[in-house]
Amino acid sequence: MNAFGATLARDLRLALRGGGDVLTLVLFFVIVGVVVPFAVGPDQALLARLAPGMIWIAAFLSMLLGLDRLFRPDHEDGTLLLLRQADLPLPAIVAAKLVAHWLLAALPLLLASPLLALLLSMDLASFWRTLLSLAVGTPALAAFGAIGASITVGIGRGGLLAPILIAPLSVPVLIFGVGAIPAGPGPDQSGSALLFLAAISLIACATAPFAAALAINAGED
Amino acid sequence: MSPRQVFPALSLHAQALQCGRGGTVLGRPVDLAVAPGTALLLRGPNGAGKTTLLLTLAGVVEPLEGNFALRGWDPDEGPVLHFCGHRNAVKPRLSVRENLQFWAQVNGGGGLAVPQALEQVGLDMLANLDAGYLSAGQGRRLALARLLVSPRPLWLLDEPTAALDRDGHALVGRLIDGQLDAGGLVIAATHDAIALAGPGRATTLTLERAP
Repeated sequence: MNAFGATLARDLRLALRGGGDVLTLVLFFVIVGVVVPFAVGPDQALLARLAPGMIWIAAFLSMLLGLDRLFRPDHEDGTLLLLRQADLPLPAIVAAKLVAHWLLAALPLLLASPLLALLLSMDLASFWRTLLSLAVGTPALAAFGAIGASITVGIGRGGLLAPILIAPLSVPVLIFGVGAIPAGPGPDQSGSALLFLAAISLIACATAPFAAALAINAGED
Repeated sequence: MSPRQVFPALSLHAQALQCGRGGTVLGRPVDLAVAPGTALLLRGPNGAGKTTLLLTLAGVVEPLEGNFALRGWDPDEGPVLHFCGHRNAVKPRLSVRENLQFWAQVNGGGGLAVPQALEQVGLDMLANLDAGYLSAGQGRRLALARLLVSPRPLWLLDEPTAALDRDGHALVGRLIDGQLDAGGLVIAATHDAIALAGPGRATTLTLERAP
């Protein structure tokens, strides 16, 4: 547990000392929210209807931006090679890095989402629901992202490839993520969508550390 | 200097081990036998496969042919080796002490405490400095300090003296001697002469380029 905590603390410390990294993702997230009303027009009813989807798209794209720093710096300075000889099994180390990644790439977005809700004129009820679905769904995005990043870590400029790899995996997360926010007339299926979203997140988080560790081990040769 | 045995008697054997990267054959097949408390120095021209042999022994690269075995080590006891490659795995934004502390925690400690290890490699005055300000040789010393904080019986060192000054060369010799005194094994790829305490402690294996 000590080594798990040390890995987690190191990743958080490195990112926070880097300063700009975390802020870049949040700014990107907010900028999407700022731009949409200009592109779609100031119709408040329309904006409110689009808002949940827009917030999810912004979160998805921002998390893709942060993927490259998950394994690549460690790969480039040789840390990843040494972590394979660590006392802690590699999947546990990847799990620690995954937790750190969620705290750095998803939690700031959750904290910034009230700003987006304001810009997109969401009402309070659907904002809370959006926040809940983001909180439940972003771990899945982080986990899929970790798989994509680990597969492409050995490839130069692999940072562009990872989003393509994980986009199909992320589609169900987006579908159920937006579905978990009740919208307009018709039967309300948001409850079961939220449960599906939670199931995807749990499965992704449980399997991603093993898949990513396998990819890292296979990638060096 | 009295030999003290702290590691279980461990030996490394390889038969007709053929290494390569990406399917390309590097060097000729090698036979190895490294007994407890001895060092093997790998020599040979650039491209002869020294690093690849070390990576193969570390289990990172699959051998093309042949096999190797480590006798006397129970895999349940945890990782057996330290690999010290030409990349130092030092994070520039963490201080010298934080860098070493991280590795002590991840590799399970049990050896020298972090301040003592830094003193051994001559970095104790710089413990609070960001590692990004270290020179190449100082970064190398920090990488070597990692070997001291978590004792492991097998050291695989790739150019341990690279970027080190004359004093640093002597340091590498002392560190290897200490590891051998404890009954460990050292396999080092190097172009420099490494002075060890006894004449019989190190054998040399010269690798050749593949024809």
